[in-house]
Amino acid sequence: MVAFALPQNSKLTPGKIWPIPAATNLREFKIYRWNPDDGQNPHVDTYTLDMDSCGPMVLDALIKIKNEQDPTLTFRRSCREGICGSCAMNIDGTNTLACLKACDDVKGPVKIYPLPHMAVVKDLVPDMTHFYAQHRSIEPWLKTSTPTPQAEWKQSESERALLDGLYECILCACCSTSCPSYWWNGDRYLGPAVLLQAYRWLIDSRDEATGDRLDNLEDPFRLYRCHTIMNCAKACPKGLSPAKAIAEIKKMMVERRV
Amino acid sequence: MIKNRPLSPHLLIYRPMLSMTMSIVHRITGVALAFGMILLIWWFAAAATSDEYFNFVNGVFAHWFGRLVMFGFTWALLHHMLGGLRHFIWDTGRGFALNKVEWLVRANLIGSILLTVLIWIIGYGVRA
Repeated sequence: MVAFALPQNSKLTPGKIWPIPAATNLREFKIYRWNPDDGQNPHVDTYTLDMDSCGPMVLDALIKIKNEQDPTLTFRRSCREGICGSCAMNIDGTNTLACLKACDDVKGPVKIYPLPHMAVVKDLVPDMTHFYAQHRSIEPWLKTSTPTPQAEWKQSESERALLDGLYECILCACCSTSCPSYWWNGDRYLGPAVLLQAYRWLIDSRDEATGDRLDNLEDPFRLYRCHTIMNCAKACPKGLSPAKAIAEIKKMMVERRV
Repeated sequence: MIKNRPLSPHLLIYRPMLSMTMSIVHRITGVALAFGMILLIWWFAAAATSDEYFNFVNGVFAHWFGRLVMFGFTWALLHHMLGGLRHFIWDTGRGFALNKVEWLVRANLIGSILLTVLIWIIGYGVRA
């Protein structure tokens, strides 16, 4: 349901202002904090970093804060090169990967929140359980009914090219959690990331369950809560367009009826 | 413990963008048009009732506030119509490159304002 205001336990309160280091090239980072163990509401802490001794990316800054100022700051990270999707978060008002977002691309203090409209586990770590369950629901694997070939399932170069712009998705959830439709109806609407994945299997020349896959998506909520708001395509740190993938699914729905 | 998990901030921390705003404006103009239709039906019903009543309703619409509402109605209609065309283009799978998206939403907004002003200039010109 549409609810603009946050629930009572989620309302932000003023946070702590951490000591300012003695340096000249300073940068403020305003970071969402929530500790499951202290019974307090979430708050926004302000950290100040000496950028002369900090790497260029927002993830570098987060790691520096954790190493040097506040070891309790909690966030997910792994590859630091935009391929694992772990450090997805809301930076400067848009969802992106902290490892791909340069601090210099942000004007003023760097504001960092968890992915929007998600249950928070701690600080910048959202609960992804529902998102992964939705991904599971579209059965993201090759489904065939003909006998398995002796060697590999073959695909022509042009058939393989149809997967470009889809296979690169790393399931970071930047797109889904940028989508107002997903905010209001995420319990039933699958969201941009999962629908892009669904299209990746619908368009795969080797897959033989296209009809079943479309049947599963033919639903006022699962697919048709997409109103082409375009936040997904603007957020995707890999430059993909879930909006276009969803439009193609809607086209397949029409084409199989005519 | 899981029940106490807060909901992360969403609408109020997300950067406002024209594309996103135009989506909600499309819906708002759609709702506004439904109310506009009530005015249109009132006008038709008045015409079918009597000369005096029709003149009265015309008088209401001719009042400066009535004209302001009509101006808004014109804009809502054109904005929603152009928005419908924009969504029609997207429904065909075209216009998804980010620069095209930006072009389409701007053309929608500027086009609706220009056409509204044009129609009112023509309207006043025909009266004169």
